[in-house]
Amino acid sequence: MESIKPILEFNKTCVSYTKQTMAVKYVSATIDRNTITAIMGPSGCGKSTLLRAVNLMHNLYPNIRVDGEILLNGENILSMEPIDVRRRVGMVFQRPAPFPTMSISENVLAGYTLNGINLPKNERDATIERCLKSVALWDEVKDVLNKKGTFLSGGQQQRLCIARALAMKPDVLLMDEPTSALDPIATKHIEELLQELQKEVTILIVTHNMGQAMRISSKSMFMYLGELVEYGDTAMMFSNPADERTKAYLTGKMG
Amino acid sequence: MKDKLMLWLICILSALTAVPLFAILGEVLLRGYDQLSWSFFTEPTPTAYRAMKAIQAGEPIPGGIANGIVGTMIMLGMAVVFAVPIGILCGAYLAENPKRRFAKVVSYLTDMLQGTPSVIIGIITYIWVVVPMKGYSAIAGSVALFIMMLPLIIRSTEETIKILPASLKEAGLALGGNRARVMLRVQLPAAFGGIFTGVLLAISRVIGETAPLMFTALGCSFVRFAVDKPISAVPLLIWEFFNDPNLQELIWGASLFLLLFVLTLNITAKYLAKKWNQ
Repeated sequence: MESIKPILEFNKTCVSYTKQTMAVKYVSATIDRNTITAIMGPSGCGKSTLLRAVNLMHNLYPNIRVDGEILLNGENILSMEPIDVRRRVGMVFQRPAPFPTMSISENVLAGYTLNGINLPKNERDATIERCLKSVALWDEVKDVLNKKGTFLSGGQQQRLCIARALAMKPDVLLMDEPTSALDPIATKHIEELLQELQKEVTILIVTHNMGQAMRISSKSMFMYLGELVEYGDTAMMFSNPADERTKAYLTGKMG
Repeated sequence: MKDKLMLWLICILSALTAVPLFAILGEVLLRGYDQLSWSFFTEPTPTAYRAMKAIQAGEPIPGGIANGIVGTMIMLGMAVVFAVPIGILCGAYLAENPKRRFAKVVSYLTDMLQGTPSVIIGIITYIWVVVPMKGYSAIAGSVALFIMMLPLIIRSTEETIKILPASLKEAGLALGGNRARVMLRVQLPAAFGGIFTGVLLAISRVIGETAPLMFTALGCSFVRFAVDKPISAVPLLIWEFFNDPNLQELIWGASLFLLLFVLTLNITAKYLAKKWNQ
């Protein structure tokens, strides 16, 4: 039964920072399970804002209002406890943010530590190995697990952050321009990694990079001034955009 | 031409600001250096009579400032034990809830407390602690120092947490941690360097306080470890030496000790802050 329900569904989702201005306006979309969906659009179009609504990040800031519905496995996130939502919806940020005082292995397990869950030793080791392997970092760091995460390169740090999010076995992984602070080679690694990861987790990725959206996503959203202008198959959208604004953005006439 | 003139002016003016510091350091060093010996740190203050005898015989004054050092350490220790956890909790609260009305009031009061003259803190502590306890004591002295340290630790904690990247806190919360755990496991450890520096600076700020201790610790001429009895402190000793013609020679050794202690704390704090920022 559960597999029939879409993993994530936006239903007239609105986000407003102040009473007058809405940053995200009535977005409705259904996200397919185990896919990568890209959210594109010019700066300030509300794509990050929409993404951050999914793990209730906006709850941290009392001025921000989120209206409408966001359904995770058919259950409205907006009426759930933030802590429960965030355990099921992982997030990776624009700048790699490993916890600076924690070692690599502590970083992977940080989700458990921060939830007050104490894993037995063998499970801890298994989780560290599984997660670092799934981000292709294991071979590089298996001998330095007790070193601080901040000693790693930018790309490695970002993979560590992905591993940290995966350790909680989330249903959905939100990524907010995860490669915009990385060099092309590190970016390529992460993109390849995401292709693999979509077998386990549904990925929603905000990106500024149209090439990236084309390379990795099966579906794309184009947002403009807070509206979801177009949502559909990535290949279709790039070859034959339905909306004039999408076309203008994709051909570089608007950015 | 104009640029060169300006550069010279700036150089001269900045050199001028360093003059008082080096003048003070030099004067205290020259006058106090002779007195520093092992016994200066291990023996308590001599009585005026013994000191007078020594002066008449042309010998150096016996004894030292051990009673003051012990008293200062005991009072500072007690003040730090209470001021650090309370100050950090309060600073963390202020950094996390800057917009709450209660936080605004606390923040304002912290500023007021920081600006309160230490002599007033002394007299208040006298009323609050010395009078009910029916006597001067190390406890009373440490309460006065605690009150003086508190705003400094609160401010440094608050400022340090505020300048941490927001992504750190968000990353912690995004993993499902509650705010207390994220503060305890992520934000406070990341802010440790700044907070520790703040604590060192707070210690160096209050270690030389004399006025509040006059109302609370009073002073004591021998080494004492009891916390409910009057106790000595290095700055109190300097004041006592100044008032006793027979002991005036000891002023410089005590001053030098205090000055070097504060300088060491400051340099350590600077070094740690720099190291942490890398």
